[in-house]
Amino acid sequence: MILEGKKAIWNDYQKEIADDKYYYVRSCVRQNFFPGSETAFLKIMREELKKEVYEHPCHTSCTGIGYHSDIVPVETTMTVVARQFAIMTEAGYENLVPSCITSFGLYTEILDTWHHFPEVEKKIRLQLKKATGREFKKPKNLAHASDVIYKFRKEIAAKAKYKLINKKTGEPLKVVDHIGCHYAKMFPSKGVGGAEYPYVLAGMIEEWGGKIIDYPERRHCCGFGFRQYLVQANRGFSIACSKEKFESMEPFKPDMIITNCPGCPMFLDRWQYVINEMEGKRYGQNGEGIPVFTYEEVAGLVLGYDPWELGLQMHQTDCEPVLDKIGVDYSPEDKYNLEIIPSFSEKHNLINV
Amino acid sequence: MDKFGFTISAGRQIDYDSNNRRLAEYIFEKEPSFRLCIECGGCSATCTTANFTGFSLRELHILIKRGENDQVRQNLNKCMLCGKCTLVCPRGVNTRNIVVLAKNAFQKSDEYEI
Repeated sequence: MILEGKKAIWNDYQKEIADDKYYYVRSCVRQNFFPGSETAFLKIMREELKKEVYEHPCHTSCTGIGYHSDIVPVETTMTVVARQFAIMTEAGYENLVPSCITSFGLYTEILDTWHHFPEVEKKIRLQLKKATGREFKKPKNLAHASDVIYKFRKEIAAKAKYKLINKKTGEPLKVVDHIGCHYAKMFPSKGVGGAEYPYVLAGMIEEWGGKIIDYPERRHCCGFGFRQYLVQANRGFSIACSKEKFESMEPFKPDMIITNCPGCPMFLDRWQYVINEMEGKRYGQNGEGIPVFTYEEVAGLVLGYDPWELGLQMHQTDCEPVLDKIGVDYSPEDKYNLEIIPSFSEKHNLINV
Repeated sequence: MDKFGFTISAGRQIDYDSNNRRLAEYIFEKEPSFRLCIECGGCSATCTTANFTGFSLRELHILIKRGENDQVRQNLNKCMLCGKCTLVCPRGVNTRNIVVLAKNAFQKSDEYEI
């Protein structure tokens, strides 16, 4: 079949996502921001979708934050990443699935650099050999964890306990999708839908019953951007970016925001609190904020997991309005009850059980 | 500020819907050659004042067209009205007159005449 016009263009922005046998690498910062998300991913993959997901205790930070903040030199970053590849190779896996968007962007960038400059790859291989005695194969397939959930969105929808539909009105929930900048803005062909029309989160939302809102600042950065956040005095620039987005999405009355990056949910969530403290302004309906979720949290909610096991109590902007709209069965008094031990996180926090 | 150690930076977005373009329209009407400007910057390059104050006539033209009138007002009085910019303009724009008209417009605006 010869594809023409928009179909042909769309076809250029589809990516190959591995079917099974994933080597999962966690994010440095997500564990602190939204600790339930990665655990939920592992539970969904292993228990719901029956896939093989392996993670290694010796995996370290990819140094992406240091690299993008001009603190870590690129060759050091490449050698650290080469070590991650070496650990994956030793474990016998070829399909790399990073949890972090910046790691995904960095791995893509490094593989692309090595493709165009083989002499750099040779040098890095030598450095790794000298430093650790390790050798590596490049990953056969590199997909972000949100790509994997996107691939299995229909399977998740088939097992769904809830839909992203307002229980009272029967209307689909209005959802804002926010894609991390390093997902496809650097290498558009490596993301589902490219940089202009990324479909990775929109696909999930549409499959699970929600409605995506297209608003003017949809592609704007959340404001994390490393350098404008790391120095306290510069944080005004960071919060200004988030504010720009909130003001742009406010007229469309979104019910929730879904993100696929470690930094975006953190900043879109926390900055709502800060803007309210500084200016007394909230962007949600009925004087509330707009709840911000990660895609794993949304998938978990759809599958009927307990909100407090997913870690929704860690959000600064309360998530209860969305839970009530969907009609999720939860107990409000247990929100901060530490005595309730999450039934699945304990198991999946152990590596490779 | 005390609580967080920073404030929300003001946006630098140019919003044509909210900017006041009355000044630009006034000048377009009185000095039609203003429309011919291609923003080459010849006026700024030859400007004597620019050396001492950082004044840029090219920037001033852009600000007028965008309707960013507060910044126009701040910079307008730096011009000495020598007219050298008018001599070098490749499009024959009466640049000196634009400054005069802008001053005129601000004066009238302050006196509620326009």
